[in-house]
Amino acid sequence: MGDYQVLNTRATRVDGPVKATGQAKYADDFKFQGMLYASILQSPLAHARILRIDTSKAKKLPGVKAVVTSKEAGLIKYGVSPARYDETLFAHDKVRYVGDEIAAVAASDPDIALEALSLIKVDYEELPAVFDMFEAMKEGAPLIHDEFPGNMNAEVHQEFGDTEAALQSCDLVVDHTFLNKRQDAAFLEPHSCVAVFENPGRLTLYTSTQVPHYVMRTVAMTLQIPVGNVRVIKPYVGGGFGPKCEATPLEMSCGLLSKITGQPVKMTYSREQVFLHSRARHQFYAEMSLGVMKDGTMVALRNKAVLDGGAYTSFGIATVYYSGSLLGGPYKLKSMKYDGYRAYTNKPACGAQRGHGGVAHRACFEQLIDITAEKLGIDPIDMRLKNIMVTGDMTVNELDMSSLGMKECIEAIRAGSGWNNKKGKLPKGKGIGMACGFFVSGAGYPIYRSDTYHSTVVIKLSEDGGVANVMTGSAEIGQGSDTAMAMIAAETLGIKLNDVRVYSGDTDYSVDLGAYSSRQTLMTGHATKEAAEDVKNQIASYLAQELNVPVASITFVDGIVKFDGGPGNFEKLRTNYIKEHRGWTDPPTGEYLTFREAARMAYLKAGTIVGTGKYKPPRLGGSYKGAAVGTSPAYGCSAQIVEVSVDLETGEITVDGMTDAHDCGLAINKTSVEGQMQGSLSMGLGECLFEEVKFDSRGRIINPSLGEYKIPTALDMPKVKSIIVESHEPNGPYGAKEVGEGAIMPTIPAILNAIYDATGVRINELPVTSERLFMAMKNKT
Amino acid sequence: MKRIIKLTINGKPVETAVSPNQTLLQFLRDDMNLTGTKHGCGLGDCGACTVILDGKAVNSCLVLAIQADNSEILTIEGLAQDGKLHPIQQSFVDKGAIQCGFCTPGMILSAKALLDQKPNPSELEIRTALSGNLCRCTGYQKIVEAIGEAAEVIRMREES
Ligand code: FES
Ligand code: FES
Repeated sequence: MGDYQVLNTRATRVDGPVKATGQAKYADDFKFQGMLYASILQSPLAHARILRIDTSKAKKLPGVKAVVTSKEAGLIKYGVSPARYDETLFAHDKVRYVGDEIAAVAASDPDIALEALSLIKVDYEELPAVFDMFEAMKEGAPLIHDEFPGNMNAEVHQEFGDTEAALQSCDLVVDHTFLNKRQDAAFLEPHSCVAVFENPGRLTLYTSTQVPHYVMRTVAMTLQIPVGNVRVIKPYVGGGFGPKCEATPLEMSCGLLSKITGQPVKMTYSREQVFLHSRARHQFYAEMSLGVMKDGTMVALRNKAVLDGGAYTSFGIATVYYSGSLLGGPYKLKSMKYDGYRAYTNKPACGAQRGHGGVAHRACFEQLIDITAEKLGIDPIDMRLKNIMVTGDMTVNELDMSSLGMKECIEAIRAGSGWNNKKGKLPKGKGIGMACGFFVSGAGYPIYRSDTYHSTVVIKLSEDGGVANVMTGSAEIGQGSDTAMAMIAAETLGIKLNDVRVYSGDTDYSVDLGAYSSRQTLMTGHATKEAAEDVKNQIASYLAQELNVPVASITFVDGIVKFDGGPGNFEKLRTNYIKEHRGWTDPPTGEYLTFREAARMAYLKAGTIVGTGKYKPPRLGGSYKGAAVGTSPAYGCSAQIVEVSVDLETGEITVDGMTDAHDCGLAINKTSVEGQMQGSLSMGLGECLFEEVKFDSRGRIINPSLGEYKIPTALDMPKVKSIIVESHEPNGPYGAKEVGEGAIMPTIPAILNAIYDATGVRINELPVTSERLFMAMKNKT
Repeated sequence: MKRIIKLTINGKPVETAVSPNQTLLQFLRDDMNLTGTKHGCGLGDCGACTVILDGKAVNSCLVLAIQADNSEILTIEGLAQDGKLHPIQQSFVDKGAIQCGFCTPGMILSAKALLDQKPNPSELEIRTALSGNLCRCTGYQKIVEAIGEAAEVIRMREES
């Protein structure tokens, strides 16, 4: 690890104070003169033909300024991946789930907007619906999209090596299946947006999103506004976790209504609408066979996935690829076969959520490894270590582990949890389990086909030279990216963290694909570093010329400039600076030239000092179909050990302790890294033990609230021991890589393996409520 | 029919008309422009709207504005004094207890109500006091640590 001034510390977040005092502004906190309030009419039926929409009464309601349906919005198809644009802003021929958008209203008051919705009359012809993914794929099932026979939204078939032959050659082949449940991301801030359309034709959106860039493109496309005239500003965002990775009907409706009325338009989803919009974790069914040799060597993996996609594609194509590609590691395999199917059903669309596509299949695989290890009489940790990949290894599906501290993570949790004294030695009802996982640090390609940079950054110095303003389109959504970028800029420029200001989340600042696939630390980080180097080089060249010293002799550290490691002879610059600085209150002092002085003097010579940086990944991965999903410049990895107590009478589970080690390359900010690890664990614990979006027989969500859809509270979470394992990632800025999603990978299987250890019962369906565990224990005896 | 209410918000007297069906949350956010109080659900499930009403932490989405007549209310905007963060705010910043920040105002006020009653709470008491405040980002650990540290800072300040 290098000798850093700013990086690798526990610097406090740059947005901490505004958030602690309530000053931080989120989308719903914005108000504009003449602002209207909008609301969306959503389908009460899961599958129906729309015969007629009558908005005349709604239009006549005093206070209503505009009512829009597909007639006004048009039928331009959009979605996430251009290969599967299957949505229109408003349904016109059919509705496909309870919640499908039909119309929107803007009114002078939110209550009037709601009343207007109730006055819109829609005549439907109800159609048979299908809610189960297996039913949906059967012959004769109701067809949801005419273009997709068999409701088959996407299919993936990949094979690396000859899997069947490899399985045949194994000493032992073990099978396992697994079923998770549809999850909600349950971010605390419901989606909200204010659209401001101003003449001549410019639309600005203030919106709660993870991806200002993609929202800009989608909104421009669907509303037929030149993309250069759309600006998306992301204020502070109250969590995203994946579902805020795409443009929403809320954003497009606000934009359209503002365009029509010429007034600013705001809309905020109710909590129920957040559930209806969904785009969160799919339901996955996993079926796997692992072939091993007697000594525990893993040889081949056969993996099948069925995904319940809901009514539209959203991120689903990437999801169904990830369920296969993210099993290629962190264990060496000779061959791997994957068949994935994503089915349409008449439910809200599922999309990306933390650990995109990988979480359920990882849960299945890591249980399967434990089952296999037990059959072979090998300790689960030893079994994993025997097969573990190390830095420089390549998975069968050509993911290049350019750094991989997986082994170190396992050793760290083994020591940190006291595994050796506990495994196999705990009383009945107590259990310990472990699991591993890894995740990408950004996707190799943007979601649309383009040679675009994935990130550009502009750094502009202030007039007095003292402040570096970092301008980026990247999205701070709570993960701490603004702080990470400030730290990278400060370290690179050799100035204090306090002297960096980050302006982010605005499509006018720079190009950045946004906060998804755990990409910003690596990609925006690279661009920030490059921009800072550009600035630094400009100042150093100026100094070299002015003072007649070699550029190589100049270094910047902690806000001062050194020449050959010493103060050098800079008197003439200081004298000039002070002359320039007359009347200001903070003359430079000290035996060293300050960065501020140097930057100011460079400005006098060259004009405003601006540095730019950019990043796009090199060509990555194999040439097989689908190689684009899963390939990344770098992979973070983690290992976890969970300890549980199970009440053998009732099946009630208490998670007593969690030990988590994550390799994030260089930890830019250790506190933020731990924060991501701990947050991931609580989301994984929730999904494992109680989270499930439930539907009635007509496709209506029966628990669309945070009271009925339970997420972990402070009482559900045990103390977590977080261990940061640092490797050096050659493809990351300063050796850094992801932490935000990889950390959730091992959580579910580690809990499930611990439950097995405590009870002798294998649970292969989530959530593990006490009822489910009780029944499983009962059926076993 | 609007009704006049009189109350104190963050130490300042306020007299104003509110509609009978307006919640305290709507009143604070829309009429008083105190947008630091957050709307996460509107149903009493998440705690993002927590304010302190006459010394007690309440979900302001479940209280009608007219019920706050004659009361004293503290919102997140009223906690820092003379530009100096309250010790709970400071330790939330220092300990990394804030990520997206949407739960933060409510968390801090729940913590304040707890520490006003119990200056030296156990970890379980802290977790119990926060159990009505959901946080999806942090896993609560750093929040619990921050409150423990703030309690210590406040106790030491009061002793000296
Ligand atoms: S907004 Fe009041 S409890 Fe959620
Ligand atoms: S910090 Fe995001 S919900 Fe708590």
